[in-house]
Amino acid sequence: MNVILDLKYVVLVEEDIGNLLRSSKIILHLAPWNEGQLSRPPVKNLSSFIKLAFSDGKLSHFKECIQKMLQERSWETVAVHPSILHHAPTTFRSGIVGIERRLQAKVENNSSNINIAFQDMQNLIDMAKDMVQLANVMSNKIKDRQGDISEDETVKFKSYLLSLGIDDPVTRNSCSSNDVFYHQLAKEIASFLLKAISDTGGLMAMSDAYCRVNRARGLELLSPEDFFKACNYMEKLNLPIICRKFDSGVLVLQLQSKTDSLLEKEVSRLLQSRDKLTALEVSQEFQISIVLAQERLYFMERNGLICRDDSVRGLVFYPNFFSSSA
Amino acid sequence: MRKRPGIGAIHKQRVEQERFRGKATELQDNVFEQMTNQMEKFRTNLETFASKHRNEIKKNPAFRKQFQDMCASIGVDPLASSKGFWSELLGVGDFYYEIAVQVIEVCLATSPRNGGLITLGELRQRLIKARGKAQHHQEISNDDIIRAIKKLKVLGPGFSIVSLKGTQDTSDILIRSIPGELSADHTEVLKAAEAQSFTSVKALKSTLNWDDVRCLQILNELLRDGVAWVDEQSPEKTYWFPSFFKPLMSEDEIVLPPPN
Repeated sequence: MNVILDLKYVVLVEEDIGNLLRSSKIILHLAPWNEGQLSRPPVKNLSSFIKLAFSDGKLSHFKECIQKMLQERSWETVAVHPSILHHAPTTFRSGIVGIERRLQAKVENNSSNINIAFQDMQNLIDMAKDMVQLANVMSNKIKDRQGDISEDETVKFKSYLLSLGIDDPVTRNSCSSNDVFYHQLAKEIASFLLKAISDTGGLMAMSDAYCRVNRARGLELLSPEDFFKACNYMEKLNLPIICRKFDSGVLVLQLQSKTDSLLEKEVSRLLQSRDKLTALEVSQEFQISIVLAQERLYFMERNGLICRDDSVRGLVFYPNFFSSSA
Repeated sequence: MRKRPGIGAIHKQRVEQERFRGKATELQDNVFEQMTNQMEKFRTNLETFASKHRNEIKKNPAFRKQFQDMCASIGVDPLASSKGFWSELLGVGDFYYEIAVQVIEVCLATSPRNGGLITLGELRQRLIKARGKAQHHQEISNDDIIRAIKKLKVLGPGFSIVSLKGTQDTSDILIRSIPGELSADHTEVLKAAEAQSFTSVKALKSTLNWDDVRCLQILNELLRDGVAWVDEQSPEKTYWFPSFFKPLMSEDEIVLPPPN
C-alpha cells in the first residue's frame, strides 16, 4: 500500500526521545486537513500528528532531511508551475475564486501556525523566526490600513521604545563584581541614550531615561537604585553623558558638551549687547525653560558675574561693573 | 466571441471593471478583518507567555531578542510580573519597578498633550488600557501606582506626586513627570500673556488649549517665584506680569499704585 503525505501539511517535526523499553520516534505535527487544497483523491485522516518509528538508526538522518525540506518549502515553487495548474484545475483555479481560495489558505495557515507556536515554550523558540516575521507582516498590514497598530498613544510609544532594543544587556551575573557591573551599565546607558538626549536639547529627566533604558533592555529590568548608581559613574568614566543635579534637587542626564560654562559665556555676551536681562529673555534666546534660565542667572550672580535689580517691575539682571572693571 | 465595438462595449467594460474593483475591496476587507483577529490572538498569546515563561525567556539570549521584536511589532508589554505575596507585603521583587516603568511611559506618551501633569485617575485608566487584557494586567490599584512612584525617589524629585487638596480623591492627586527645569510651560504662559501683560486661567485655557489643572499649576509656580502677581478683586482671578509693564509707562513717570 502506498501512503502519501503532502509535506506542506507538516508544520512541525519533533523528536520523541525513547528509553530502554521504547524506541525513539519522530512526530510529525500536521495542519488541519483542507479539502479544497487536495490535489488527489482525499484520504480521510483526522489525527493531528503522525509518529514514525525507525529500525536501524536512520532517525536522526531522516529528521535532518525532512527539516531541510520543510525549510526550503520547494513544493510551493512547484505549485505555481503552469503545467500543474493545467492538470489540477480544482487546486489552483485561476480567477477570482482562485485568488479567494489562496488568500483563505494563507490566512488559515497563519492561524494554525500561531496555534502551534504558542502551544509551549519550546515550540515558540523553534518557530520564533517565522513568528517574528508574521508579527511584522501583521503589524505592517494593519499600519498600512489604520496608520498605526493601535489608537492608544501609550501602546504606540511602548512599541517604539521596545523596538530600540539593546541586544545584549549588561547583567549582574555577567559581571565579576559590582564595580564592573556599574561601569559596564554606565557605558551601556550612555551609548544608548546619546542620540535621544541630543534630540531633546541636551537634557533628559532621570525618570524619562530610566523608562527608556528599561524598555530597551526588555526583560532585564533595572532597579532605580542600580540605574542611579550607574549614572553616578558616568563623569568618572569620561562618557559623553553625565548626571547633573540642579539646585532644586532635580536630577537630569546631560550632554557633556553642553556644559554650564559655555552657556555662561553666551549669557555674558548677550548681556553685553542688551545691557540688561531677565530670565524670560534668556529662556527665549537659548530655548531653555524659564526655571533653568533663572537657575543659571542666580548661579552667575553668586559667582559675582552679574547683579540684580529686584523692583516692582520684576527681577532684572545687569552686568557687574565691579568685577568687569577690576 | 467577437468583441463588440462602440459605446455599448466601452460601457460594458467599465461596468466590469467596477465589479472587479468592488470584489477586490471586498477581498481586502475580508483579509484585513481576519488579520486583525489573528493579531488579537497573537497578542493574547504573547501576553500569556510573557508572564508564564519569563525566566525561560531571560535565559535564552537569542530568543529573548526575538521575543522583544515580537512585542515591539505587536505592541505587547513584555513586563508582566504579578504582584504576589512578598511584593505586596515587603515591596520586594520586580512588580513595583515594572509598574514604575509603565507609569513613566504613560506620562511620557501623554506629555505633549498635558505638559507632564496627569491626575492619578486618568493615569490608572491609561495604564490598565495599555498593559493588556489579561487579568493580571488589570488588577492595578491606585495604591500600587503610588508605591511604584515612591520607588523612583532615588532618581530625584523630578518625578513627583502633587496633592492638590490633601484628600485621597484620585482627581486631586497629580503626577508630575516633567520637572520645572525641563518644562516649556512657564515660557508658554509668559508668551501668551505678553501682549496684555496679564492673563487668567480662562484665557490660557482658550489660547493654549490646556486643562484647568495645568494652567493653575503653572500660574501658581510663577506666582511663587515672584514672576507673576495675582489680582483677586476682579471677577476671575487675573495674573499680572510686572516685567511686561514697561512699555505702558515711560522711564520717568513710574508711580506706585496708592495703597488700597
